[in-house]
Amino acid sequence: MTATEAAPNGAALHVGRSLKRKEDPRLITGRARYVDDMTVPGLLHAAIVRSPEAHAMIVSIDSSAALAREDVELVLTGQDMTDLESPLPCAWVPPGTEIANAPHWALARGQVNHVGDPVAIVVGTDRYAVVDAAEEVLVEYESLPVIVDPRAALADGATLVHEDLGSNRVFEFSLGGGDVEAGLAEADVVVQREIVNHRTSGAPIEPRGVIADFRAGSLTIHSSTQVPHFVRLFLALQLGISEERIRAVAPEVGGGFGAKLQFYGEEVLLAYASRRLQRPIKWIETRSEHMQVAHHGRDQIATCRMGARQDGTITAFHVQITADLGAYLMLLTPVIPVLGAFVMGGCYAIPNVRTDITGVFTNKMSTDAIRGAGRPEATHMVEVMIDQLASELGMSPPAIRRKNFIPKESFPAEVATGVVYDSGDYHGSLDKLMGKLDVEAFKREQAELRGRGIYRGIGLSTYTEICGLAPSRIVGPSGLGLQTGLWESAMVRVHISGAVTVYSGASPHGQGLDTSFAQIVADRLGVDPEVVEVIHGDTGTGPQGLGTYGSRSLSVGGEAIARATAKVAEKAKAIVAHELEAAAQDIEVSGDRFSVRGSPDHGMSLAEVAGAAYIPENLPEGMEPGLEETTFYDPENFVFPFGAHAAIVDVDGETGKVAVARYIAVDDCGPAVNPMIIDGQIHGGITHAIGQALYERVHYDDDGQLVTGTFVDYSLPSAAEVPMFETDRTETPSPSNSLGVKGVGEAGTIGASAAVTNAVIDALRPLGVTFMNMPLTPMRVWEAIEEARGGVPA
Amino acid sequence: MSATVPVRITVNGASHQLDVEPRRLLVHALREELGLTGTHVGCDTSSCGACTIHLDGVAVKSCTVLAVQCDGREVTTIEGLGSTDDLHPMQEAFWEHHGLQCGYCTPGMIMAGVDLLNRTSQPSESEIRHAIEGNLCRCTGYHNIVKAIQAASGQQTEATSQARDEVQA
Repeated sequence: MTATEAAPNGAALHVGRSLKRKEDPRLITGRARYVDDMTVPGLLHAAIVRSPEAHAMIVSIDSSAALAREDVELVLTGQDMTDLESPLPCAWVPPGTEIANAPHWALARGQVNHVGDPVAIVVGTDRYAVVDAAEEVLVEYESLPVIVDPRAALADGATLVHEDLGSNRVFEFSLGGGDVEAGLAEADVVVQREIVNHRTSGAPIEPRGVIADFRAGSLTIHSSTQVPHFVRLFLALQLGISEERIRAVAPEVGGGFGAKLQFYGEEVLLAYASRRLQRPIKWIETRSEHMQVAHHGRDQIATCRMGARQDGTITAFHVQITADLGAYLMLLTPVIPVLGAFVMGGCYAIPNVRTDITGVFTNKMSTDAIRGAGRPEATHMVEVMIDQLASELGMSPPAIRRKNFIPKESFPAEVATGVVYDSGDYHGSLDKLMGKLDVEAFKREQAELRGRGIYRGIGLSTYTEICGLAPSRIVGPSGLGLQTGLWESAMVRVHISGAVTVYSGASPHGQGLDTSFAQIVADRLGVDPEVVEVIHGDTGTGPQGLGTYGSRSLSVGGEAIARATAKVAEKAKAIVAHELEAAAQDIEVSGDRFSVRGSPDHGMSLAEVAGAAYIPENLPEGMEPGLEETTFYDPENFVFPFGAHAAIVDVDGETGKVAVARYIAVDDCGPAVNPMIIDGQIHGGITHAIGQALYERVHYDDDGQLVTGTFVDYSLPSAAEVPMFETDRTETPSPSNSLGVKGVGEAGTIGASAAVTNAVIDALRPLGVTFMNMPLTPMRVWEAIEEARGGVPA
Repeated sequence: MSATVPVRITVNGASHQLDVEPRRLLVHALREELGLTGTHVGCDTSSCGACTIHLDGVAVKSCTVLAVQCDGREVTTIEGLGSTDDLHPMQEAFWEHHGLQCGYCTPGMIMAGVDLLNRTSQPSESEIRHAIEGNLCRCTGYHNIVKAIQAASGQQTEATSQARDEVQA
């Protein structure tokens, strides 16, 4: 199937084209409305008092000075909110694990467990005043010993984050197939490395924000979230009010990257305080707060062993991960490393693969899903390890990959971890990538740069990811243990004018889905995408939904829309057939009309069909009036995008500074709905991973103090740190949905960190450096060079 | 609230009399007093540039300027640059070249781009990248932002949206 055939009757006028985005006019003119752009009559403001201690008992809280201020309406502490129905939720734990969770309340009760843990909320009339007032809330702490190193946290006698749990060990879980020890015993060469995927921040440029407005027994909450329906459900559970009394809205959302795939305590606090005061309240996260308390990602230390025969055939891959979960289990915290474990075998036919995961509490912010969520970590491990192995065997990086790729003919392919990769053509994407590399020119430039003390290297990464979350049957309560389904909904409404409104349960925040969804609908109904409006992110409109994350919104949400649209088209065809006295099966969408096959002039526009449906004077016998349909779509399988990336980097031998000179990506996300948007997702994803590989690191010192609390200390890549990207695609349709599409939002991030890391190691091999962990900052690279030269690093 | 100070600021061509606390940031005066919410706040350290506006014709980060410093001065915000019916060429170029995704950094990025072209009419790729170094974007990887600024300066760039379909067909 191709993109063209994906539309009915071969008429793909809009799918497959780089339509300019429908979203953009409001965004480029400053007319969009993000949470902080909104106001409500009588609006109050909130500031949150947070713990400066990483681990401490709360001895006392004195709010009297703050409360005495005229501009303060309310101060709440944990003790004032003991009527909350439950602690904050963790909705997914690995199946079969016994997890002892520590109660995680919206405001700390008696003890704080990480820097930034919220202690009190101050509500007042002015945004500046509540920040002043928060400084006047006096909290006395009694410090406790702090544990930040996850491996040390597992030792006997270690300081315990939660004393009453008796251990920092949260869970142990293994996933794999075959026999890794037997596989390693068969190998001629076994390479072992410790691979660190350090802690990072999602860091969308819009921080989080909430407006809660509780009035007359009902709550309206605007939140900068990826998951408004989850926010509504969990608020109902927390506050003990019925779900239909809550409307949760994600208005314009300024990026998420997983950091807004969460149910946060601030959402509860604002709703609770609004109910108490019967006034609307706004809270906007500062960047410093975001760095402290928007959940972090990654933070896995892995001991990896990969074995191969002399000819390069990989016999086994074993990974033992210590996952630093932080102080509390949030929405998906414990399952993130598990998501990676599913694709730990990468693109390769490795018969024996096993991942053993130990989750650990430390006195840090929780980790949870950040762009890629477990899969960037896994890809980094397998792709760095295969290069290490290649070097040991004296093989080239492309050769060892080709030797082990799952061949195209084998799909659908069940891999050792038990999942069935639905489609793939790994040779195809690597071949296309290699065709873009001019190896001779590379060698020439490498030699020339060497004369100036610059070391040029090249690194590959070939990845596949598991996304399109998710088949409910597989991930649900009796499957992998998620306490919900992961279908998506769509409602397609044709107005009497022939305009179309689509309601989606997806909740995009930059992905351009209004445009991609409109393209899918337009082809199927013979209208211009201009007249297709897409409504999302509001629990008060449209059917139940599940939000945007896990590269799911096109393959699950888009498929739901395609199916709802097909139902509308079916009804339209029946109406047209009746009007024109033709057979319904002879009606097709051709251009801007529903017409009789072979007689394009003999037909009706969608507006004419809608007129007949809404003024039902001549509908087929028994047909209901109206023209709208709803679908819930639950996928049968995940989807498996894949690709091949190459990074060319220049390392300054004197300073250790790394520059990405060229980045080439060949990705396969199935037939393109909007190629321009796909490229944009890839560009951003790669840059996110370059950030992790070279610059970004959430760092706590030994006392649990956050050292990287602002954008001054936590370096996102700027325009000056990245090159123009060279992107291309192959198109292997997924058999898992009728569009053939796979996700693309996380692909770049999943593929890129290994390419950059392998390139830096390749560059430094002439200096004797053979392995490094991220982040490859100038200091670390310089130290590695000095150490390899036999000097003593400072 | 501490004592307020009267200031007169011309914003997008209209004169406004405001009474502000001396500590009030220009960005908050624009957003909250004047309702010009197109200028965004993304950090607390003048790092991200989402709040970039023009003060007397020069790009500044409005989170780093006090409203009282702007007495008698002229401010242009994204709302003053162009409207959906009458886009500024830089806005047009960002749309055409997909120079935005979530849109949050976009107003600041556009204001920084316009400022660059005011100073350098035909900037090189490197000059563009360094000129927007103080404007962070987490979505786009900057690729299409650089193309948009090149296009707005009238330089040849590879097509990004519909036009490229014809090129590739």
